[in-house]
Amino acid sequence: MKHVLDSVESKFEMFQILDENGKIVNKDDMPDLSDDELKELMRRMVYTRVLDQRSIALNRQGRLGFYAPTAGQEASQLGSHFALEKEDFILPGYRDVPQLIWHGLPLYQAFLFSRGHFHGNQMPEGVNALSPQIIIGAQYVQTAGVALGKKLRGNKSVAVTYTGDGGTSQGDFYEGINFAGAYGAPAIFFVQNNHFAISVPVEKQTAAKTLAQKAIAAGIEGIQVDGMDVLAMYAVTKHARERAINGEGPMLIEALTYRYGPHTMAGDDPTRYRTEDLNNEWEKKDPIVRFRTFLESKKLWSEEEENKVIEQAKEDIKAAIKETDKYPKQKVTDLISNMYEELPQNLKEQMEEYKEKESK
Amino acid sequence: MAQMTMIQAITDALRTELKNDENVLVFGEDVGQNGGVFRATEGLQDEFGEDRVFDTPLAESAIGGLSIGLALEGFRPVPEIQFFGFVYEVMDSINGQMARTRYRSGNTKQQPITIRSPFGGGVNTPELHADSLEGLVAQQPGLKVVIPSTPYDAKGLLLASIRDNDPVVFLEHMKLYRSFRGEVPEEEYTVDLSKADVKREGKDVTLIAYGAMVHACLKAADELEKNNINAEVIDLRTVSPIDVDTIIKSVEKTNRVVVVQEAQRQAGVAANIVTEIQERAILHLEAPVLRVTAPDTVYPFSEAEDIWLPDHKDIMEKVDQVINF
Repeated sequence: MKHVLDSVESKFEMFQILDENGKIVNKDDMPDLSDDELKELMRRMVYTRVLDQRSIALNRQGRLGFYAPTAGQEASQLGSHFALEKEDFILPGYRDVPQLIWHGLPLYQAFLFSRGHFHGNQMPEGVNALSPQIIIGAQYVQTAGVALGKKLRGNKSVAVTYTGDGGTSQGDFYEGINFAGAYGAPAIFFVQNNHFAISVPVEKQTAAKTLAQKAIAAGIEGIQVDGMDVLAMYAVTKHARERAINGEGPMLIEALTYRYGPHTMAGDDPTRYRTEDLNNEWEKKDPIVRFRTFLESKKLWSEEEENKVIEQAKEDIKAAIKETDKYPKQKVTDLISNMYEELPQNLKEQMEEYKEKESK
Repeated sequence: MAQMTMIQAITDALRTELKNDENVLVFGEDVGQNGGVFRATEGLQDEFGEDRVFDTPLAESAIGGLSIGLALEGFRPVPEIQFFGFVYEVMDSINGQMARTRYRSGNTKQQPITIRSPFGGGVNTPELHADSLEGLVAQQPGLKVVIPSTPYDAKGLLLASIRDNDPVVFLEHMKLYRSFRGEVPEEEYTVDLSKADVKREGKDVTLIAYGAMVHACLKAADELEKNNINAEVIDLRTVSPIDVDTIIKSVEKTNRVVVVQEAQRQAGVAANIVTEIQERAILHLEAPVLRVTAPDTVYPFSEAEDIWLPDHKDIMEKVDQVINF
């Protein structure tokens, strides 16, 4: 009787290009990025870190609603996104607002999403994405559908989705990767393993040593990546995208990362389930710090440049929140008119009733 | 007597029954070390150990299935679904499986499961956290559906639910968790799962509600009193089964009724109550039975929720209509 688990699990090694000291450890897989592109990656990460800090502050002031902090996950979110094209369709989880913003969602709309305003969910023309999914893992099965659609139409683009470590326990996760595998559909499934599903550590989530190995059961390729390494994230995503477009099927990518902040701003207290030591251990791997070291060694980045990005981000956020405040408040009649293509009788009546209420 | 919030009363009930019955198991997402996202299970894992109070992997469907399996092994599971908006992921386990087990096994197997879950509006949650989805489970024969409105009832109803040998969906309105305290006896007691509570006696009109809307009705009743309208307020406490006797007794006295629910108007619990009344007491009615509900849209997430949610003013408006019919 042959047992295979050990031999399978040992094959899933973390893919890395830039180590935590900012040194290239894997020249062979170094992506072909111009200096400007490398700087753009840095710019996006710094900008997004500022956006996170400001969003937390705005939430505390009651000026934003639902918010899931992103600091720590910049390489995982933005390195992967940088390898995508405009025509690729993103199905994000609720922490994946940064990818939407860099895919083209205006900042003020991201803020309206946070406030629970429907306009925050209206992707502008040409922004191929759904608004963030709240139900854990639901986007995974839908991704198989978007990907199959692309295959049937012969589109040379991919469906891309993100969930967390907790999401890999949902039935939808397995069903999604299995369907995409069965159809050989062009999909990229990300698992941003930040090691805690709210409070539950990944070791309690599953007996599997890696989440990437879950690809095996679906018969698709899987890989584990250093999610704090923006170059590795970019390289892996680019590879997965090329494979998918060439008809080689979907891929599951596990990014090892960490969220520095709470699960969301609605009362989660990470000190109940994480130690300061663990936080420190991960902060040493910070994606921005290591990439800065790398860029500085190539004379591509300076403090001055970074400060310019920080100031730009602050200005943009200030302007965006102003625009958010100016946008007409959502009304109940907006909810009613967004329910069906044509209003049924009950809603026609209720439309009149609420119009009258709102006019008072 | 101790003064407790509803969340404290719930923790107290769980502790009581974990002590009383070694077959009681409490589990769900984040309920262990973290004590639940609302702290309903705070301290219980420390007190009873990881075999009795534990975290599950993140999968609502499997939480339902696990409960069914544990019940088949003679345990009395008290799982938590973190927010009732996530119930769609576990609908098959609840409506399709545990509710039908007694019948399917020819009454040789039972499912003494109590699913606890927070729901309800007014607390600024994202999508699929606040929705009033009790109608989905109230429609399913084989389940009981309980919705407490006070700390006292929460403890007594939860103990009764856990001890009940049929599956119970126990819905906890988030707005009521910490908004007020009430007297809760430290000793154990149960509140009958088939009895509504007359919260306030009156003679001119009957207001029927459950959950947070009970408090909106009480507020409306206070206001109406100023206009010499004397309202009776009935708290259903269980929306399945419905205590029809208490309702009809009140209707025969007041002859005018307004039924209030936080859920949307279409196919809801209120529609069922109205039907029961007109089938059983039509000749006692001086006016049509009216409903106060939310409109037939999805729950707003969350902008506009304050206008979307029914309140005491909406109730007073309908009372005015039934009084002046």
